[in-house]
Parts: sequence; structure tokens; C-alpha cells
Amino acid sequence: MNKQHLLTSKSFIELSARERAKSLLDAGSMRELIGPFDRVKSPWLEQQGIVSQADDGMVVAKGTIDGAPAVVLAIEGGFQGGSLGEVAGAKMAGALELAAEDNRRGIPTRAVLLLETGGVRLQEANLGLAAIAEIHAAIADLRRYQPVIAVVAGTVGCFGGMSVAAALCSYLVVTREARLGLNGPQVIEQEAGIEEYDSRNRPFIWSFSGGEQRFKTGLVDRYVADDAQEIGSTVRALFQQGVPASHRDERVTEFLNMLDRVDTAQQAESTAVRMIFGKEM
Amino acid sequence: MSEQIISSRGRTWFEVLSAGGTKIAGLAGSVLAADKLIGSMPARLIAIVPDAANRFPRAARGEVGLLEGWNVARVVREVIAADQDQTTKRAIIAIVDVPSQAYGRREEAYGIHQALAAAGGAYASARLAGHPVVALIVGKAMSGGFLAHGYQANRLIAFNDPGVVVHAMNKAAAARITLRSVEELEALAEKVPPMAYDIRNYATLGLLWKLIDISAPECPSNADLATAQDALLAAIADIAQSPRDLSGRLHAKNRQASRHVRELLRAQWQ
Repeated sequence: MNKQHLLTSKSFIELSARERAKSLLDAGSMRELIGPFDRVKSPWLEQQGIVSQADDGMVVAKGTIDGAPAVVLAIEGGFQGGSLGEVAGAKMAGALELAAEDNRRGIPTRAVLLLETGGVRLQEANLGLAAIAEIHAAIADLRRYQPVIAVVAGTVGCFGGMSVAAALCSYLVVTREARLGLNGPQVIEQEAGIEEYDSRNRPFIWSFSGGEQRFKTGLVDRYVADDAQEIGSTVRALFQQGVPASHRDERVTEFLNMLDRVDTAQQAESTAVRMIFGKEM
Repeated sequence: MSEQIISSRGRTWFEVLSAGGTKIAGLAGSVLAADKLIGSMPARLIAIVPDAANRFPRAARGEVGLLEGWNVARVVREVIAADQDQTTKRAIIAIVDVPSQAYGRREEAYGIHQALAAAGGAYASARLAGHPVVALIVGKAMSGGFLAHGYQANRLIAFNDPGVVVHAMNKAAAARITLRSVEELEALAEKVPPMAYDIRNYATLGLLWKLIDISAPECPSNADLATAQDALLAAIADIAQSPRDLSGRLHAKNRQASRHVRELLRAQWQ
């Protein structure tokens, strides 16, 4: 990276969810659906004394990418930790369902998910979990027609049921700031003890769930700089590749064989994970 | 190696429902699968159960971990492949009794999120390929465990029983993370249906297809077994008349916002 590039590059992480969505769509093509002025808010937060937000932390942006119809679903990590309640979850699931329906009618709508989320919003517990199941279902449907691309840029990361959604996508793009994992560090420490997982040890956490490690162990597809232009060109290039021959979650025998090689008598080390899961770079 | 069988509702119901069927060999000890006729309908039954000898110690008590996710994916995808050219697709029955996903360093390190996606994705693929997929919730259906094993089913059936719990996180952990006491959380759960832990409150969310009364869920009678089999057959028959998506879950009053959002999206889409 040269000095000129540093001076002209624009951070993706510093953008709001709405700005991130806009930066991925063709210039001038973005149209937001159920935007803040529609005021579709969580029906469950206020009765618990929690301030709601006019977009429930989810941006649904329609437009085009390289001229093709697209929808970008961007989670605002700043609202309730990017957690998914009923409304935010229905916005993402519903938009993916319509994109799949478009494809069945010959309109090649594709989707990008910008995931900054801790998963289920616990104040809407079961409706958040149900919505996430519906997001999984919709990704599994849409990816039969078009690639579904997820970007985890940071700094919230992607956890809980939404890490499972990320793992169902056709392609997964991360930065060094990104973390991707099922259980948040604090929850693991609470459930299993500090010997198992020290939630305050940042290098330790990134060594397992950080973007670089996930890339080097083949659990994501692209490792990019925090640069809006680079992320945009990466997403466009992945759409050009089309639907992959097999999705990662379909490679059952390969993953079972790799897990057979794990010495589970030892605690996990990030170097061992790279040895077993690692791809030749 | 001594083999220690830990009893669980999941194992009990797998055994009574699959009795006389063909067990699938070569799986992790925590994943049970068998092929069996339910009435005249060929079905594959799948359960995740405790396995004290689990190679991954944090998944020994029935949690859904790495081996569980990938092994469930294997037995579901085998069925999809085997029935690819059949006009009648075998039913797939997930017997659900999962206390949680596995919480551990090994699990995160080797991508437990991907293992859960493998299982959930396999069930979703089976549903999209035309297999009737039914989840029978006999005990706990918690969080990531349920997302992987059951929540992608066309129809959810649960026992109307205090031992049946569906939730995103156990009470103690949910209280800590939302900065509440367990008592405060329980008081809120009384007033806010999506936060409730009991199955009757869960039923008001419209996600369940049927609640069934079982007299002895830990030790089922012949009548209990017949009740469960009848419900499974009724669900399979109902699926045959319906779209293969999850839209059947959207009708309850407590899911108004989920419907409203979809209607608005559709109106604004073009």
C-alpha cells in the first residue's frame, strides 16, 4: 500500500450502515425500503423501557451492482449491538425472500449482507431466533439462483445465529478487524470458565475468530483491507464468479475428515487449526 | 472402552419412534439416525443425544457442537442424494432435545458456526428439494442448537409439557447479558411473549404447528407413541398441500410486525 493510496482510500468501517450500503451500489441507484420515515419500530422494546430506533437498526437498500438488480442488507452495529429483533430480522428475511421470488420470475436480483451483529436481540428472544431461522431459510433458497455475499468488516463482528447465516452465504469477505464466531467471548467465559476462554485477552480472541485466521483456515473467501473501494471491487468480482460449485456447508466429507485429524485431548491452538484447515496460500 | 449410555428424552423418543427400523452406522456417538416407516411413509429419524465419550468434551452433554453439526448434515444430505430421482421424497424427522450449542475454545477454533450451518443448511436443502421435514420437540430446543437441528423444518410439533423449552439463551446467561436479575427477567417474560420460556407462551407466537399432550414424556406409553406418530403423519400430509417455505409461521397476532414488514417490503419492492 503506497502513501498516495493511504491518502485517498476511504475506510469502510467508519461508514454507517446506510453509507456502507450506498458505497456498494452503483452511483445514484440506491433506494431505501422501509426507511426511517416509515417508522417501523420494534413493538417489544418500549414496553421494556428501551429506546427503539426508527429503522430498527436494519437498512434495506435496493439498487444495482454493475447494472444488475441488487439488494444490500446492512445492519447498524451501533444500535443494540446490531442484534436482530422481530422487525430488523423480518426486513432481512423478507428482502431475501423477495429476491428469490424475483429470480423465479426471471429477474436476477442478488443480495449482499453487511453483518455487524451479536445475533439474537435477547429482549425479543424467541422472535429474534425465529427471524434468524427465516434468514437461514431465505439464504438457502436465494443461493440456488445467485451468489449471496456477506461482508463482515468490523468492528462489532458477527456472532450467534448470524454467524451461521454468514456461513451459509456463497462468499464471505472479512477485514482484519472482523471477528466471526458462534459464541461471544463473554458468553463462553461465563459458561466454560476463564481457563477455556479469556474474554479480555484480545490477541487470544483474534487468534481464533479474527478475519486473518478465518481466511487462513479457509472459513472465509476473501481477506481485504478496510477500504470501501477494495470491498466494492471484491464484491463485484465475486458476483462475476457466479454461484460456487459447492457451498462450504455442503462439503461434509471434507470437514468430517479434517475434524478426524484434530487431537482433542489438547486444547486448541490457532497454529494447529491452520495446519488442519489451512489452504495453501 | 466402556460404553456409558446417558438417558435423555431425545434418545428415548428416538428409540421408541425408530424401533424395528434400520440404524445408520458410522456416526459420532452423539448423533442417532435410522430409517423407519411411520405408518406407510418412509422416514429418516435424527436425534442429537448426550455422549459421555464425545471427543470434544464441551459437547458431551447433548450440546450441538462440531461433530453433531457435520454428522447431522451427513445423514440429511445422504437422504437428499439417495432420493434425488424419486418423485416421493422420504420424510425427515428431527427429534429435538438440545440444551444449547457447545461453548468452548475448540469449538470456536474449528468453526462451530460452520458446523451449525452445515446441519441447518442440509435441512433447508432437504425442504427445498421436496422432502417433508418435521421437527418433534420433546425437550429443550435452545438457541444455536435449535437453529441447527429443527428450526428449518416445514412443521414444528412440541409436547405440551413443562420440560419443553424453546429459547435463545438460558435464563442465567440472558439475565447477565441484558443486565437484569433472573427475577426481573422472569417478570418481563410474563408480560412480553417472545421472552417467555414456557411452551404455552411460545405457542402464542404462531411458530408451532401443533402442541400435543403426552402423558409420560420421559417414559412414553403406547398411547403416547401413537399420539406422536399420528401428529407426524398429519404434519407430513399437511406439508404435501402447502408451499415448501416457512410462511406457515407468520399468522399469529404476536407476529403482526413480521407480516407488516413483509407487506411493506413487497409494496415498495419494484
